[in-house]
Amino acid sequence: MRAIRGRRVIWISAIVLLVTLILAGGVGAVRIPPWEAIRILLSRLPGVDLTADWKATSAVIFWDIRLPRVLMGALVGIALSVAGAAYQGLFKNPLADPGILGVSAGAALGGAVAIAFLSRLQVSGVGTVPFFAFLGGIAAVTVVYRLAAVGRRVPVVGLLLAGVAVGSFSVSLVSLILFFTDRQARDAIVFWMMGGLGGANWEKVAWLLPYMASGIGALLFYWRELNALLLGEESALHLGVDVEHLKRVVLVAGTLLTAASVAFAGTIGFVGLVVPHIVRFLVGPDHRYLLPAAGVVGAIVVVLADTVARSTLPTEIPVGLVMAVLGGPFFLWLLRRRLKPAEA
Amino acid sequence: MYLSVEHLTCGYGGRPVLRDFSAGLDKGAFVAIVGPNGCGKSTLVKALSRGLRPSSGRVVLDGRDVWSMKPRELARQMAVVAQETGIDFDFTVEEIVAMGRLPHLARFGRETEADERAVTEAMAATDLLSIAGRLVTGLSGGERQRVMVARALAQEPRILILDEPTAHLDIAHQIELLDLTRRLNRERGLTVLAVLHDLNLAAQYAGRLLMMKDGCRYAEGAPLEVVSESNVAAVYGSRVRVTVHPEEGSPHVILLSGEGRRDEWAC
Repeated sequence: MRAIRGRRVIWISAIVLLVTLILAGGVGAVRIPPWEAIRILLSRLPGVDLTADWKATSAVIFWDIRLPRVLMGALVGIALSVAGAAYQGLFKNPLADPGILGVSAGAALGGAVAIAFLSRLQVSGVGTVPFFAFLGGIAAVTVVYRLAAVGRRVPVVGLLLAGVAVGSFSVSLVSLILFFTDRQARDAIVFWMMGGLGGANWEKVAWLLPYMASGIGALLFYWRELNALLLGEESALHLGVDVEHLKRVVLVAGTLLTAASVAFAGTIGFVGLVVPHIVRFLVGPDHRYLLPAAGVVGAIVVVLADTVARSTLPTEIPVGLVMAVLGGPFFLWLLRRRLKPAEA
Repeated sequence: MYLSVEHLTCGYGGRPVLRDFSAGLDKGAFVAIVGPNGCGKSTLVKALSRGLRPSSGRVVLDGRDVWSMKPRELARQMAVVAQETGIDFDFTVEEIVAMGRLPHLARFGRETEADERAVTEAMAATDLLSIAGRLVTGLSGGERQRVMVARALAQEPRILILDEPTAHLDIAHQIELLDLTRRLNRERGLTVLAVLHDLNLAAQYAGRLLMMKDGCRYAEGAPLEVVSESNVAAVYGSRVRVTVHPEEGSPHVILLSGEGRRDEWAC
C-alpha cells in the first residue's frame, strides 16, 4: 500500500512537472501558448520535420532563454529537496535544512568575495561568481568536517555544532565585505544572494547537470542504508551498514548538490526544508520513494516560484525572496501543526 | 568455541573497562551475562558486535576475527537487539522488520519470496502480525522492543545477542520474550547471548551464566553453581536468600533488606 502510494505520487508529480515546465516556458513578456511550445520542442528533435508556423523570435526566446531557465530552476529544486531529505535522515531530524552545515553560507561568502574583489577575473565557461561560490561552499563543509572528525569517525553532534559555527562565521565575513565595499558591489552582492535564475543559459545547465546527477545518483543508490540509519547509528551498524562511509557519502553528495545550487542560483531557502517534510507526509519516510518524490516536487515548487518571480511585477523579483515570502509563513503553519497534534 | 573473546582490553576514552578479558560460548548455547551496573556487560556486548574497537585482544566468531569481516558479513550471522532507542519516523512495523533483511539483499536486488517469508515468520514469532501495518511511533515501549527483536530474527542470524531486552517490558512480555528466545534456542539451535539485569530470569532461562564484576569474570557455569548467596553478596554487595524455583528448578534469589546489617557488607 505504501509502495503503491509512493509510486503513484512520483508518477503524478512527474507529469505535473512536465506540464509546469511547458507552461512556465510560455510565461513572460512574449506569451508562448503550450501547444506552440510543444511544437517548438518537437521541431528540435533530429529527424522531425515540422513547418514553422510560429514566430522566429518565439522559438529563440523559448529555446535559448526560457527553457534553460526553467530547467535550471527544476534542477535546483531537485537538488535542494533531495539534499534536504538526505540531511533530515542523517540528522534524524525532519526539520533539517541543506544549509545546516554551513554550505550555503560558505557559498554566499565565495560569491561575495568574487563580486567584491574579483570582478576583473574571468573564469571561462561558468563565470567567476558561480565558480567561487561553489568553492566557498565546498571549503566551508571541508572545514566543518575537519573540525568535527574524531579519528576516523565523525559524530553527528560535532557536525551540527561545527556547521553552526562555520555558518555564522561565514555570514559575518559577508557582512564585513558588504560594509567595506562600494555601493555597486554591495547592491550586486545583496541581489545575488537573494537568489535568481536570471542568467541561465544552456552552458550553465550543462555545468550543473553532472554535479546534480552524481549527487542525486549517489543518494538514491544508498536508499536502503539511509532507511536503516533512521533507526540510529548503532542499529544500522548491527544491520551491516558501514555507517561512517554512509555519513561521508551523504555529506559529499549533499554538499555538491547544495553548493552547485547556490553557485548558480544564489540562496533559495525553504525548499530543502519544507518540500521533504511535505513529501514525507505523503509517501512516508522510506527513502526509496521519499528521495525521488521530494526531487520532483521540489522542481515543481522552484519552477512555480520562479514563474511568479518574473511575472508578478514589471521587474524581476529574486526567486529566493518569493520562496521566503511564500515559504516562510507556510513553514510556520507546518511547525504549528506539528507542535500541536492534539488539536487536529 | 563458536564465539570467543580473547584477552580483550576495551574501554572508552583511554579508560579500559575490560582488562585482558577472555570468555567463550559454544554453538547452540544460551548464555546470560549478569552483574551490577558498570561491571562491563554492555561494553562486552559492544565489543562483540563491532560497536567498540578493542585496544587489544580479539573477538572470534566461527573461527574468524570479527574485525576482519565486512560489516554485512557479520550482520548475516549475528543479530543484536540493543536497548530501545526512540524512533521519530513513521515506519510501519512491517517496514522495520523488513530492514532486518538488509545484510542479505544484493545491491540492486528485489526482495525475494525467501525474504518475505523470513519477515512474516519473524513477525509471527513475536506476535506482531496483527499490528504489522501500524506505525511504530504509535506503539508502546514494549511493543517497540518486540519489533526490534522481530527485526533481529528477520536477519536469520546464527547467533542472537540481546542487551537488556526486558528493560522496558511488563511481566507478561518479559516472559513471552524469554520463552520465545528459549524456544528458538532449543528448536532451531540459535545461539543466544543475553545481558540480563534480572538475575532470576537469567537463572531461569539461560543454560549458563557469566557473572561479571569490575570488568572481570567473577563466576561462570550452570545457574545453580553461579547464583549462590556468597557470590551475590560479593558481586552485588547485597544480602540475599537463594531458594529453588518451584517449576523450573533453577535458583531463585530473594532480596533481603539491608537495614541493621551494615557490618555484613563485605565488598
